[in-house]
Amino acid sequence: MSTALEHPTYNYKVVRQFAIMTVVWGIVGMVLGVTIAAQLVWPELNLGLPWTSFGRLRPLHTNAVIFAFGGSALFATSYYVVQRTCQTRLISDRLAAFTFWGWQAVIVSAVITLPLGYTEVKEYAELEWPIDILLAVVWIAYAIVFLGTIKQRRTSHIYVANWFYAAFILTVAVLHIVNSAALPVSAMYSISLYSGAVDAMTQWWYGHNAVGFFLTAGFLGMMYYFVPKQAERPVYSYRLSIVHFWALIMVYMWAGPHHLHYTALPNWAQSLGMVMSIILLAPSWGGMINGMMTLSGAWHKLRTDPTLRFLVVALSFYGMSTFEGPMMAVKTVNALSHYTDWTIGHVHAGALGWVAMITIGSMYHLIPRLYGRTEMYSVSLIAVHFWLATVGTVLYIAAMWVNGILQGLMWRAVNPDGTLMYTFIESVEASGAGYVVRTVGGLCWVVGMLIMAFNVFMTVRRQQSLQRPQTQAAA
Amino acid sequence: MSSLWNDVLPGFWSAWIIVITLGTIVISAWLLFANRKTDKAADAEGNVETTGHAADEIEEYDNPLPRWWFQLYVGTVIFALGYLVLYPGLGNYAGLLGWTQENQWEAEVARAEERYAPIFEQYQQVPIPALAEDGEAMRVAERLFLNNCAICHGANAQGGYGFPDLTDDAWLYGGTPEAIVATLTNGRNGLMPAWQQLGEDNIENLTQHVLSLSGRAEDAQRAEQGAAVFASVCAACHSPDGTGNQALGAPDLTDDAWLYRRPGQPLEASIRQTLRNGRNGHMPAQAAYIGEDKVHLVAAYVYGLSRRD
Repeated sequence: MSTALEHPTYNYKVVRQFAIMTVVWGIVGMVLGVTIAAQLVWPELNLGLPWTSFGRLRPLHTNAVIFAFGGSALFATSYYVVQRTCQTRLISDRLAAFTFWGWQAVIVSAVITLPLGYTEVKEYAELEWPIDILLAVVWIAYAIVFLGTIKQRRTSHIYVANWFYAAFILTVAVLHIVNSAALPVSAMYSISLYSGAVDAMTQWWYGHNAVGFFLTAGFLGMMYYFVPKQAERPVYSYRLSIVHFWALIMVYMWAGPHHLHYTALPNWAQSLGMVMSIILLAPSWGGMINGMMTLSGAWHKLRTDPTLRFLVVALSFYGMSTFEGPMMAVKTVNALSHYTDWTIGHVHAGALGWVAMITIGSMYHLIPRLYGRTEMYSVSLIAVHFWLATVGTVLYIAAMWVNGILQGLMWRAVNPDGTLMYTFIESVEASGAGYVVRTVGGLCWVVGMLIMAFNVFMTVRRQQSLQRPQTQAAA
Repeated sequence: MSSLWNDVLPGFWSAWIIVITLGTIVISAWLLFANRKTDKAADAEGNVETTGHAADEIEEYDNPLPRWWFQLYVGTVIFALGYLVLYPGLGNYAGLLGWTQENQWEAEVARAEERYAPIFEQYQQVPIPALAEDGEAMRVAERLFLNNCAICHGANAQGGYGFPDLTDDAWLYGGTPEAIVATLTNGRNGLMPAWQQLGEDNIENLTQHVLSLSGRAEDAQRAEQGAAVFASVCAACHSPDGTGNQALGAPDLTDDAWLYRRPGQPLEASIRQTLRNGRNGHMPAQAAYIGEDKVHLVAAYVYGLSRRD
């Protein structure tokens, strides 16, 4: 890497590292996703081996896309945004470098241990205790770097993007440490500190806030910087930011029990999870409105700027899935949707439509700037990627809606004599077509990510070739 | 701590939950009302002036909260408060409707009972052999079988490794209507003890002897040698001639039915494994799940399975 890339004030090296790994892990995570989607269509693809079976690859997929892809994107953008908006360098280059290598070590450990079958069997928190400890240490280092940098800022105000990043970092630390608390039995085996309904509630307090803080607050931080930057427009409403920020972080904390409707969880806890999920609709939409309305006066830019299109469509999917979420948290709807593919569709409306789209839009803004350019190597390839991602997402979620409602209705259908009309296996058979469509949607995403990788490679390489004559002249 | 998860909370925790729940809702609503309006004037585009500070050249307008969004927010808060009045949520307060998931379930079960029980009561009156001939009844019974039994015994009822074939004439516990009803009602535990302590030589002899009972022995000498051990160890359950004992669920070893014949493995390997390690078969009791009337109907279905042409 040429020294000419170094910014006089800011630490861009760690941002570049995380940005490149965002693309790499994005491809890995999505290839895994397509693999397990295909396994549901063609079970032979499990290969009859424990290490390649659905049960072990599925947590690897979720960890890879959430923590490796999403996590790297959050590290990259938060380090970039906090420096730019606080007008100061990260407080410690060494600690920042530690977070990069530490985070990669956590991911590589996951790639090794999950297929081997080491798991704490908590969804999105499968990693065994030694890796959990490493993750906690890296995360605390991240909090020190990020919050320390804010403390050293040269601006009077803390920009809204940093509120969201800070809330995300602090809360994820608490969530991870509390939910992963376990008694180690051996080097790679531990038992949760909680049991029964308490364990389930702790897990979903963690699980839903992983969605609320990791996948929502963190990415809203990203949105609050990259949308106004790319649109070159002021943020729509500062006071809306205040209201929806505080409401969002206050109310999200309560939503977890909606994952445990009609279970051993006490009635009162289920009800609180449901009503808080409904109140969550407006604070969630506050972020969407603030992003969308920021574009007023700049809508024409969508015609020529596919990066901005990524950001705006991400906000649309965010709005859609944060409407769907509260609706699915209503007990009567949940009685139909729970345990069906609808849930998986809902997650991916958020994961693909919101998280991945906002990340990719942000990366297309960020990566050229990190390498001393203003544009990606090819804008038309961004447009191709945009359409692949949009079509892929729509295919995915539409297939899962159809499957989910189909399954929910088949499971509850009864004959005139009160016997169940369908056996479980019949609902699996009926889901086959949806699984094929979902796999096609996932493939669109993988192809899009490969195009992105090529575009990023060419952007970085071209930058280096531009630098070369200078280096020669200097020599 | 554990009492926090019971149906009735200790007074302090109940009060605590009420306080933080209402506190969260009230504070978030206060936040909304406190920031509702701006005193700044709007510009030509309808935007009010910016806050005056910029972060990395990003400015922020100070627009008022969109009216429809404000109303949406207020609407969800009203819904939440209304729900908490009607349903359990605020600690030990039960809600005006007195609803719980338990009584919802009980009411649904009672409604189903009222509606469907007469159908099954009517079948209960018919003796099993006659019921097995009733096409309409057997269609209902088949649906019960597919949803409750097929997961182990297979949709075709032919069982699998460790799960009895219900279409043949081999009965572990007897194929009379009474025996089938007893199996379904209370379940069965089929325990074959492990005989590793007899030593590998005896295991091998017994394997050949068991094979010889159905005319399959490959080593006549060993089969002969196994006879004595069989008489002293196995005959108590499987009877001296190896035809088994339905009172114990000890299989007939002279027929062609093999409960633990592992697919893709020679029969003798499965027998050897059974002798060395024993077996533990479990048929779950069904009466508690589906009730006695449906047990009667399913029993007729199973009774009919082995009597089909």
